[in-house]
Amino acid sequence: MSVWLPTTISTERGSKMKTASWRDNRVFAVALVSLGFIVIWYLGAIFLNGQQLVSQYERRHQDWDASKVVAEALSMRRPVLPTPDQVVVELNQSVFHEAITSKRSLVFHTGITLSSTLLGFVLGAALGILLAIGIVHNRTLESSLMPWIITSQTIPILAIAPMVIVVLGSLNFTGLVPKSLISMYLSFFPVTISMVKGLRSADRLHMELLHTYSATTRQVLWKLRWPASLPFLFAGLKVAIAASLVGAIVGELPTGAQGGLGARLLSGSYYGQMVQIWAALVMAALLGALLVVLVGMGEKWVLKRMGTRTELGAAA
Amino acid sequence: MSNLVNKQAGSGRAQQWVMGLGLLVFVLVAGMVLGGEKGALRQSVPGITGLLFGSYGIWLLLAQLTRWVDKAQLKQATGLWGWSVPALFALFLLLVWQMLVDGFAVPPVLLPSPTEIGSAFAGSLDMLWQDFRQTYLKSVLAGYIMGCGSGFIVALLIDRSPFMQKGLLPFGNIMSSIPIVGIAPIMVMWFGFDWQSKAAVVVIMTFFPMLVNTLSGLASAGKLEQELMRTYAASHVQSLLTTRLPYAMPFIFNALKLNSTLALIGAIVAEFFGTPIVGMGFRISTEVGRMNLSMVWATILVAALAGSISYGLLTLLERRVTFWHPSVRAGKR
Repeated sequence: MSVWLPTTISTERGSKMKTASWRDNRVFAVALVSLGFIVIWYLGAIFLNGQQLVSQYERRHQDWDASKVVAEALSMRRPVLPTPDQVVVELNQSVFHEAITSKRSLVFHTGITLSSTLLGFVLGAALGILLAIGIVHNRTLESSLMPWIITSQTIPILAIAPMVIVVLGSLNFTGLVPKSLISMYLSFFPVTISMVKGLRSADRLHMELLHTYSATTRQVLWKLRWPASLPFLFAGLKVAIAASLVGAIVGELPTGAQGGLGARLLSGSYYGQMVQIWAALVMAALLGALLVVLVGMGEKWVLKRMGTRTELGAAA
Repeated sequence: MSNLVNKQAGSGRAQQWVMGLGLLVFVLVAGMVLGGEKGALRQSVPGITGLLFGSYGIWLLLAQLTRWVDKAQLKQATGLWGWSVPALFALFLLLVWQMLVDGFAVPPVLLPSPTEIGSAFAGSLDMLWQDFRQTYLKSVLAGYIMGCGSGFIVALLIDRSPFMQKGLLPFGNIMSSIPIVGIAPIMVMWFGFDWQSKAAVVVIMTFFPMLVNTLSGLASAGKLEQELMRTYAASHVQSLLTTRLPYAMPFIFNALKLNSTLALIGAIVAEFFGTPIVGMGFRISTEVGRMNLSMVWATILVAALAGSISYGLLTLLERRVTFWHPSVRAGKR
């Protein structure tokens, strides 16, 4: 959503860790913590669903014991908190066992969300880069725009997403583009900020060298500033694509049950389908992680081709 | 670096003439459009040309002003002067917005003019205050304090265990790329329609940024400083309080600032999923349904003010707490 990931996180602390033991294994640590989460999830499901079951039994004056409650809490049809296996079953059903064109298929909804995410991301990245180039080259543009670009992000702009959708919809302007506009608004900012930084990151010596060559502004931009800014660009893009996905999902909320992961969340909340909400949520999480990983791979590929191994980009 | 490329120093006499003429034309067109009937700009070629030319004049004025401000700031440190150009720019944008809406008689359903928004704002201060109290003072503040607080405390706890850090940090990183607002419907079902469910969304949204930033902040203390503390035989708590927490402060404030925006977004979006008949998210969604857009914009104005003011307050607090940090000292010159 915003640039909240700091650059690097070192877990090493001085001289304390010398011997390599099972404690140093990252995969093991992650696996253990995930296992902990899953156990907590199951316990939570038993507790939350159990409470509901018990009050149900007591209303009906039925007998109940602990084992019965636990067994039923883990397999409720409309649970308060679905268990992980219920979510996996729902995901499997809606992803692999429905025709892709069907409205019950999660792939169908993911596709809708993905398309507006990508369109918004491309538009936002383009706008962000253009703004950054303008800001770097024009002092007036910088001093009049830059404060407002920063202020624009303290405004909870996501709140106006439904308004943009409804207003554009009343103009018969529906479908992909209005949602993408919201994604664009959310994703231009990280790109602009990191690109302004990146375009200015060119080495001073190199800038002066090009100056002695009497290079034009445009030549300086393409031959020096642009290549120097690429690591920063990708750092911004990673944040931007995650923000773009959020924008697309929130943009789908007011369109009712037409399609997309956001619509899936909304219809799930209308009809009390917790499992459906969780499945959509897991799908959104997977999609977000996948998109960020893809941008990261693009970054590696581009930087490798350019011959730079710099990790500067993380600094944005 | 920028003066190497920026070669637009000194405006010629011709440019000054254009600037003056442009300003004059802008004032004339503005008077014509704002004083006259609605729709004055429709199919009026001189009007539109005048507006474009006038805008160019304003642009030249802004450029001139920027140079003056830059010069003045070189001589003395004045923070307020730096805001004169962006403020003028915003005023200019508002004027053009008003002129375009009036001049082309844009229906208010599409885009209300600034004056309409202003009168809607002033006319329903009471309702807006109720919404603000419900959304900001109840959901956002409660959730923000709980989320940031628990993120901070958990960070302090797992700071001593590299193993837990290794296990938890990947989750923190994954959480940054997934849309957490999606849990809003679940929270509304669990905690009901009132502010508690919104606060829960805010807690989850703000927890991980705080955790990740605090951890990396604690790790950012220099090796030399930490070893010095070791030679003093400082206890964990002592070295935490005297070196590592101060070093973490810029990171913590970074998280606090980002979270202030995230919290407001989380609360407003959660209100779309169900709310009592008060609250900013509720107001936005109902007034959109009634096509009463000036009220929606007035609510957004409230949200924008709340967002920027809390951000500004946090920045001020940051300056007082981390006065020693290079980025703050550079700002003061």
